[in-house]
Amino acid sequence: MRTIEELLGEVPALRPLAPEHRDTLAGCARNRVFEPGEQIMREGDPADAFYVVREGAVALETVVPARGPVVLQTLHDGDLLGWSWLVPPYRTAFDARSMGTTHAIAFDGACLRGKCEADPALGYDLLKLLSGVFVARLQDTRLRLLDLYAKPGDG
Amino acid sequence: MAELPIAFRVADKQRETGDTWTLWLEPADAAAPAPYAPGQFAMLYAFGAGEAPISVSSIGGDGAVVHTVRAVGAVTEAICAAQPGDVLGVRGPFGTAWPLAEAEGQDVVLVAGGIGLAPLRPVVHELLAHRERYGAVSILYGGRSPADLLYISEIERWRGRFDVDVDVTVDTAGEDWHGRVGVVPRLIPQAVFDPGRVVAMMCGPEVMMRFAAVALQDRGVSDDRIWLSLERSMTCATGHCGHCQLGPLFICKDGPVLRRDVVEPLMRVAEL
Repeated sequence: MRTIEELLGEVPALRPLAPEHRDTLAGCARNRVFEPGEQIMREGDPADAFYVVREGAVALETVVPARGPVVLQTLHDGDLLGWSWLVPPYRTAFDARSMGTTHAIAFDGACLRGKCEADPALGYDLLKLLSGVFVARLQDTRLRLLDLYAKPGDG
Repeated sequence: MAELPIAFRVADKQRETGDTWTLWLEPADAAAPAPYAPGQFAMLYAFGAGEAPISVSSIGGDGAVVHTVRAVGAVTEAICAAQPGDVLGVRGPFGTAWPLAEAEGQDVVLVAGGIGLAPLRPVVHELLAHRERYGAVSILYGGRSPADLLYISEIERWRGRFDVDVDVTVDTAGEDWHGRVGVVPRLIPQAVFDPGRVVAMMCGPEVMMRFAAVALQDRGVSDDRIWLSLERSMTCATGHCGHCQLGPLFICKDGPVLRRDVVEPLMRVAEL
């Protein structure tokens, strides 16, 4: 059985972190398996964790009256899920649902925040990593705001 | 290349989405036009309404052609309203073709958005018909929603093959959709191809293609390996009227399929 440290070393999204910082992260991490349809995060709940999807798919969604749940984005192998744990008031913004069986590494947000406060180099390393994710998600959102496939003249 | 319309009869039609139809057209008389190559387009003429440039979405024998048309204006609405037995005027084939010869022996990645899958569909047919001539093949396709995706049953057949990777994403979906939600360029980092021996072909909204090209560059694909199909106001289709001019290029005859290193500097000029 592989250790959390070994699993973290296999996640491409975490490779930019210094090895010693990955090892520090391992102290706040544990393996999780989510069943199909299982709720991983719920809108409005305290944001006390983030995840790396090792294998599977997760739907980020919100319920729209008269439309039901609308999927905003899906996350897949290697993607990072959740950043509300990092920013006060640490409140989950959207629902996250496991679309099938999802294997993930879960990180304790409070544990990580404590380690980042104690070690600014770790905090900066982690924030650089997460900023890359923020930027990519923001660009995706902006592209979708353009509604590129709409009929000419619509919207 | 026909500069006057040839009569084609609608042999069959199929609804693809709420506003998009595929029409099977057969020559109404013996005068079959020159054969189409994947990527080329025809000017389809709905009598009394006008002409519109439509790429060929499949190529049959005996001069028959297939076009997938989205009803976005008076002319395309009239074309989509044509019923089996009706006659449309067809001029063509026009324009440049996808670089299938250059792609032989190479990996191939196709990036399509929305109706942009239609001009790439004959490429898929060619790749699958002669699979041994090509390396890894990836088809990356995005649409506005699951209901807006073209050729659903055909895509499922492509997915069923073990020698092609097919990845589909949509901009928005309900929870009954079990596929990806996100933008097409985001599919590129995981696609299976060798950046040094790949030919990429893209068709879709121009902004989507710009971002997809950047994602390909981030994988190490050079611009001379990226081809895209551009859309401008093709009117005469013979390079005379100038409506489709992009700098020194006439998209109707120098395009629509162009290599990125040729066209990218022009795409960044806002006035063109």
